[in-house]
Amino acid sequence: MIVADSTQKLIEAVEKADSAEGLLDAVEALSAARDEAAIPTLIEVLRFNNPGAAVAAVEGLIDLQEVAVPHLLQQIDDYNYGARAWAIRALAGIGDPAALDILLKAASTDFSLSVRRAAARGLGNIRWLLLDSQKAFLAQSEVLDTLLLVCQDGEWVVRYAAVVGLESLANTFADSRSDLMDKILQQCQEMLQGDPELVVRARIKMALEQLEAILPLQNNNK
Amino acid sequence: MEELDPHIEGNGNSLTVEEAIANLQQKEDLGQRYYAAWWLGKFRVNSPEAIKALLEALEDEEDRAPDGGYPLRRNAARALGKLGERRAVPPLIRCLQFPDFYVREAAAQALEMLGDKSCIPALRCLLAGGVAAATQVPGKPHLVQPYEAVIEALGTLGAKGAIEEIEPFLEHSFPKVQYAAARAMYQLTGNGVYGEILVRALGGEELQLRRSALIDLGAIGYLPAGEAIAETLAENSLKLISLKGLLESSLEGNCNETLTLLPESKNILKLMDSLL
Repeated sequence: MIVADSTQKLIEAVEKADSAEGLLDAVEALSAARDEAAIPTLIEVLRFNNPGAAVAAVEGLIDLQEVAVPHLLQQIDDYNYGARAWAIRALAGIGDPAALDILLKAASTDFSLSVRRAAARGLGNIRWLLLDSQKAFLAQSEVLDTLLLVCQDGEWVVRYAAVVGLESLANTFADSRSDLMDKILQQCQEMLQGDPELVVRARIKMALEQLEAILPLQNNNK
Repeated sequence: MEELDPHIEGNGNSLTVEEAIANLQQKEDLGQRYYAAWWLGKFRVNSPEAIKALLEALEDEEDRAPDGGYPLRRNAARALGKLGERRAVPPLIRCLQFPDFYVREAAAQALEMLGDKSCIPALRCLLAGGVAAATQVPGKPHLVQPYEAVIEALGTLGAKGAIEEIEPFLEHSFPKVQYAAARAMYQLTGNGVYGEILVRALGGEELQLRRSALIDLGAIGYLPAGEAIAETLAENSLKLISLKGLLESSLEGNCNETLTLLPESKNILKLMDSLL
């Protein structure tokens, strides 16, 4: 790959940064360059245990969209869960169906709650139009089943993310999949009564208000 | 301060309640006793047998650290804080006078969680001498008393009588003690000046101190801090926990049957969404 001089300088600045603040500035600059050549370095930053720099790197990766996805999938860190959570967050933000398998697996089985949380939210953010319609149809059911399972997670923040995932999924389905909409609404109604955490119930309430506004005639059986 | 590391999860270690209590009562394996005390608190086992075993562990003389400390007592005190048993209050108050700093700290934290105001005078005793007396112990990382824990407990317990004693600690040289004082002063007075001290701390140089301020703001549910929390340079996990505290405070007095979300609650939920 030919790396433009200007990007090369920005990459070197990231590599040479010797303070948390210096690293943050360098990563922000590299992200702003929106250059494909920056991708490996941005992914490397996710391992640095510097949350500010990681946020900036994730934003840079999301801005680069699909072109970052193969790199993220290839470089996913099986050992460092902090880095893995940030990478999943980037994939979640991009919404490329190429990441579906890894998001499904991460949401339901990863041992780190930060990874499950990021993946659950990402499952609601898939850009379905990038798949042909039959594949999308099948995958949507699988995503829904996984999110319904994740709604039982032991950690409140993961359940919270699953609700957010369900809500975005419902928004993309509203016109096309009334079969799945019913399941989503039913799950939300159940959790509104049964979830032990107030914050999760509050998020469900907000989701239901929003969903009932787009579906005034469905399922008003509260 | 529990669950400070949100990444550590149930590790499949499957003790039964009976085993945990037996492990705590035996005297041979100190490691097992220590773990059992933690386990009973973690899983909120508040049966009379568990309480009894933990109260005995609070008097333990066997388990001694190289520095002379009492690790088992520390863990027993922490566990008792989580079990909501008022009978633990008088023994925990006695722990506030114990020579081991970390036992005193754990006892203050436990008393805060138990929420029984009868410990207020004993907690206030530990602030005797004010900021001038609150110096570092030579060769140790900590001060002569667990000021953070004591001040935070007084704030949570609504010890309005202690306001004049707490306020000077806003000027203590340890940032975490300053934050504890700001947190308590906000709880005791409702004055936003003190919340803003913690908001400013979110922009501090050290990650460890920013984390500390996030926890404090979540604990007091200071609503105007929402945006600043979301933008803090720290882990999203911690920011989410902090915002959860704000959300709960925004819903205070909301009856469970008819959860009504006001705009300020929705704003916090949107901030949380952005951090997932």
